[in-house]
Amino acid sequence: MQIVDRRLNPKAKSLGNRQRFLRRAKAEIRDAIKDSLKTRRVAEAEGSEKVTIRSKSLREPSFSLSRNTGRRDYVLPGNEEYQVGDEIPKPPSGGGRGSQGSPDGEGQDEFTFTLTKEEFLDLFFDDLKLPNLIKVKLKDLKAPKTARAGFTTEGPPARLNRFRTMRKSLGRRMALRRPSEAEIRRLEEELAAAEGEDPPSAAKIAALRASLEHKLRLRRTIAYIDPIDLQYNRFERVPKPTTQAVMFCLMDASASMTEPLKDLAKRFFMLLHVFLKRYYREVHLIFIRHTSTATEVDEETFFRGTETGGTVISTALEEMLKVVKARYSPADWNIYAAQASDGDNFHDDMPRCMRLLDKDVLPICQYFAYVETTHGERFNDTHETPVWHGYTHVGRRHRNFAVRRVASPEDIYPVFHDLFSASDKAA
Amino acid sequence: MTQARLPKRKAKLRPLFDGAEWSFELIRKVHDAMGEIAIGELGLDIYPNQIEVITAEQMLDSYSSIGMPLMYRHWSFGKRFARDEAYYKRGIRSLAYELVINSDPCISYIMEENSMTMQALVIAHAAYGHNHFFKNNYQFQMWTQPDHIIDYLAFAKSYVAECEERHGDAAVELVLDAAHALMNQGISRDLRPRPRNIVKREKERAAQRRAYEEATFDPIYRTLPEIVREGAAEPTGVQTEQRRLGLPEENLLYFLEKHAPKLDDWQRELLRIVRLLSQYFYPQRQTKMMNEGCATFVHYEIMNRLYGRGLLTDGTMLEFLHSHSSVIFQPSFKDRRFSGLNPYALGFAMMNDIRRIATEPTDEDRAWFPDIAGCGDWMGTLRQAWAEFRDESFILQFLSPKLIRDFRLFAVNDDAKESTMDVAVIHNEQGYRGLRRRLARHYDVAAQDPDLQVSDADLSGSRRLVLTHQVRNGVLLDKTEAERTLQCMAQLWGYRVKLMETEIDTGRVLKEHEALPMP
Repeated sequence: MQIVDRRLNPKAKSLGNRQRFLRRAKAEIRDAIKDSLKTRRVAEAEGSEKVTIRSKSLREPSFSLSRNTGRRDYVLPGNEEYQVGDEIPKPPSGGGRGSQGSPDGEGQDEFTFTLTKEEFLDLFFDDLKLPNLIKVKLKDLKAPKTARAGFTTEGPPARLNRFRTMRKSLGRRMALRRPSEAEIRRLEEELAAAEGEDPPSAAKIAALRASLEHKLRLRRTIAYIDPIDLQYNRFERVPKPTTQAVMFCLMDASASMTEPLKDLAKRFFMLLHVFLKRYYREVHLIFIRHTSTATEVDEETFFRGTETGGTVISTALEEMLKVVKARYSPADWNIYAAQASDGDNFHDDMPRCMRLLDKDVLPICQYFAYVETTHGERFNDTHETPVWHGYTHVGRRHRNFAVRRVASPEDIYPVFHDLFSASDKAA
Repeated sequence: MTQARLPKRKAKLRPLFDGAEWSFELIRKVHDAMGEIAIGELGLDIYPNQIEVITAEQMLDSYSSIGMPLMYRHWSFGKRFARDEAYYKRGIRSLAYELVINSDPCISYIMEENSMTMQALVIAHAAYGHNHFFKNNYQFQMWTQPDHIIDYLAFAKSYVAECEERHGDAAVELVLDAAHALMNQGISRDLRPRPRNIVKREKERAAQRRAYEEATFDPIYRTLPEIVREGAAEPTGVQTEQRRLGLPEENLLYFLEKHAPKLDDWQRELLRIVRLLSQYFYPQRQTKMMNEGCATFVHYEIMNRLYGRGLLTDGTMLEFLHSHSSVIFQPSFKDRRFSGLNPYALGFAMMNDIRRIATEPTDEDRAWFPDIAGCGDWMGTLRQAWAEFRDESFILQFLSPKLIRDFRLFAVNDDAKESTMDVAVIHNEQGYRGLRRRLARHYDVAAQDPDLQVSDADLSGSRRLVLTHQVRNGVLLDKTEAERTLQCMAQLWGYRVKLMETEIDTGRVLKEHEALPMP
């Protein structure tokens, strides 16, 4: 008998099957994710996701007998009162009875399973990509990084790899039979002993001396370390991906932004955050809220607090520029901004906002998305808020500026999808 | 009270183990102690055992690949894994304690979560019970090559992977999907396959096909217009054509592999892989009840004998009896938990019954089973039954009136046209034989699967393929499923496929389906 411990065998043996399965069910899974997002908090979207799919493409058909035709019989256990000829009403469902019911048969077209975080994000953002990646690419070339890339036979002394060099040297010495120091010493001692013998045997001494000389010559010709032994660490310059981004969340905090509107905005911000995190190792979040003045706040205050006062959007843009200047140099950071508002602004402020966007904000941003949240019912396209009116003008001049409207949670994903769809004309 | 039910102990030996923790050392010790009983006393004949300890996740893995340690890649296995994993995590379904593979050496998987008692139970059940059955039952001897199966799976896996690399995942998936749909029709029920060294031959075959393809490849032929070869078409009647194709043919996968006009060689090879696997599992389907009955009987016997010698503690014995009795639990048909006859329950009861008939027969038994009643050699009788029967014939031969009474079996007739079912037979003197015959038929796989055949193929003209479903008792095929499956068939055949459902007695056509391959 043989006992084998397989517990440490590589896990996820069926990963290949799982990938094939997910690819097959992609459309259904994405629909399911979208459905679940309508009701779920977007912040949860980052965790692993339970998905229930009703599969059309996952069916595995086979020739099977219909349950609603013909005559059949069943043998059942546990008869209590029946006599031959008794009539029994049929069970309502019809199936599921009798000994031939296969346990692996029907009713399994719909099932729930769990996606890992990576799988979820991959499917969720499948056909989306970051717009305006040109700048990132340019930056790549400027900031190369050295990385280890194996070994080489030449290089500066500082990069000598002593371990590998010595290993090669040892191998070569063994192969060429270079006499060791101990061997020489032993021969010398034997020679001395032979010379000290009484009477000294000339033949023996001569033989020893010849052998010693031969060994010494070998030691001289076969170097301890030969140039061919030398091994150097090799480094390569690889382009360093720009891995940091800062995301500005700007929101109107005046009383007209009700809780539901804020919730919509929050969902959008979180979605953008998750999306950016896929591309950048580090994503900083800056929350700026404004009424007639703007302040940088933490996340909690950003979404919770309400202030009284008017609405002057330009203050938020100015605050953002201030933060950028102080902490996030556009040379080192990819800057993204998302602004949410209900579309109100002091009328006099609009020209100033548009000027700020045109001249200062948009040139340093990778992308600026403005989302207008509207109340419950579907928005009316003919109604234009002051901000909407002004921003659409700016949008015509800048490709990295997008303006969208969101009325209910289910709009979030389509709008987001629309903004970042891979087939974007800007791409 | 429970104490009273435990068998009497003869001698006080030191128990093999105490407590729930298991170790490799203990497993070996228990396995060897059981070997003495199983081989020395019960006279079982087994393949050498290989016991593998796995985690729950690995058990799920094996589940999804139909219990095989190796399997080619296909999305349906991923689907099964996702489903089983979800069930398992939500606690809807627990995992089997063990999984055993009909291979030589016989591989049994045991889970690390099991207690030592469960490991012992599993070893007795799988490593001795199932193992003996695999090695001795004629069905397995006839249809499977346990020493080759693992190698063949390795070949299948690498071959499918190679095809995916060469022809793309999608193309391979298309063929495998269709082949899986026809898997139950990929069995030759009546032909005895010739034993052979599968792996070597398969490798050579694959290499030959490839070599032939390469040797005969000449781009110049592709520039020639296709010529209708008139000279080759000798005046052949429908009869000779049918004979040439070996029609009627019940093994649809075999027929497609050999005769489908449009398939490439690698596609035929894929069909062959699926077909051979289907054939490999056919004996398991035919002997499910006996196999489990045999294993359950063996584990029960071994555990009791070990206990009788004082090699198991009382605690172990109680834990064992608890799981044993839940395994052989048979709810009545009115019970909410009822889902058909439990093969463990019926199998175990029949084995015990044979023992009873052999040792303490009643007059009834003497009348029903003159050859074995009171013969005394119950183990010999059982061994012979395990070797020479399958579920259907086993029930037909050995189901006793006493067991029918114990299970209170009865049969009902169900006509789809009527609103009620009527009781046809119950467990009385007039009913025993009828019940036995009916029950046996339920265990006859060939009678439970739809009876489909390729009945006509027009290879020289329209290339239309005709399948016939022999309708028994007016039971037609499920329409949507049949049409989907027929579509798969058409996809492989490459031309129009027609399915006729004809009544077996009158030859009257009840229904027709048709499918065209999609471009």
